[in-house]
Amino acid sequence: MNPNVLEHHVLPVSLYTKVFVALLIALVLTVLAAGFDFGPFNFLVAMIISVSKASLVVLYFMNVRYGTRLIWLWAGLGFLWMLLLFLTLGDYITRGKVVGW
Amino acid sequence: MSVEAAHGAHGMEPHLGIQYETIEQQNESYIVGMWAFLVTEIMFFGALFLGLAVYRYLYPEAFTAAHHQLSKPLGTLNTFILLTSSYTMVLAVRSIQLGNRRALIGFLLLTILCAGGFVVVKTFEYGAKIEHHLVPGPTFRWPPHEAGAVEAGAPSEGAGATAEAEHHAADAAVNPGQAQMFFVFYFCMTGLHAIHVIIGAIIMIILVILALRDHPAVRDYIPIEMAGLYWHFVDIVWIFLFPLLYLIGH
Repeated sequence: MNPNVLEHHVLPVSLYTKVFVALLIALVLTVLAAGFDFGPFNFLVAMIISVSKASLVVLYFMNVRYGTRLIWLWAGLGFLWMLLLFLTLGDYITRGKVVGW
Repeated sequence: MSVEAAHGAHGMEPHLGIQYETIEQQNESYIVGMWAFLVTEIMFFGALFLGLAVYRYLYPEAFTAAHHQLSKPLGTLNTFILLTSSYTMVLAVRSIQLGNRRALIGFLLLTILCAGGFVVVKTFEYGAKIEHHLVPGPTFRWPPHEAGAVEAGAPSEGAGATAEAEHHAADAAVNPGQAQMFFVFYFCMTGLHAIHVIIGAIIMIILVILALRDHPAVRDYIPIEMAGLYWHFVDIVWIFLFPLLYLIGH
């Protein structure tokens, strides 16, 4: 398969069904995990599950898994941007903790 | 590719634009164009997510107290509805890839039904927030319950009543302005998301009308695929909104 040529794939319904079931299981896990008190790890657990769910949607439902390299690049750009954007938090979290500023 | 070969491809593919060599290249351009649009969407939703993160970090107690006012069951129901709609959307794309127009229309209608269900649930949630004076602005009221409501009600025995009293005490200890800030984010983010859901539904209604008329634009899978990309993006935004607004914090 040439990664530079977009091929016309018709994927089996069973694959989509598996992804859908995985998403529903992840939804149940998100709700259950929120019922426990892991302290600061609640946020981390919720985000790991959400990122996994979003990855499944992007790869299989949005068909990036079988996309060309150019599609991979564009799909990745948005998430790279989110990463850069959230570096802003480094400012808020370290305020008042750096002596001498 | 040689000029002759390019002409050959254009002869076989009547929908191939003259700027493209092959139909695959044209399809890739459409999909990349849609992704470029989605990146701009990520950029502006991203700013709101960052704002939410900063204020959550600054006012953790107020945001935890305020988020208890949202309905977890309704939020879970809406997540389920949106995940289901993504599943039916992807099956709609698959149907047209196989040239099955009836299945395409059926799956698109199911997706529109889910979009409608989502908006109806959201309307009930917003209605409850308006009723409880939780909309930011001059009518905002915090704490959300009358002082001493637990004592005034039925005999408050048992663990449930104690937990409720603790919640009430925690709510009363919170700065109303900070609690209001949570609802500013709640309404901005879910409101903007709901607008996207409504736009998605309108796009799908147009596709259904075109498909019913067997319009040439929807004989190919690419227009449905692009509507699907938009729809799945809306789903992804909700996948993050749901835990961040409804679930996180105790």
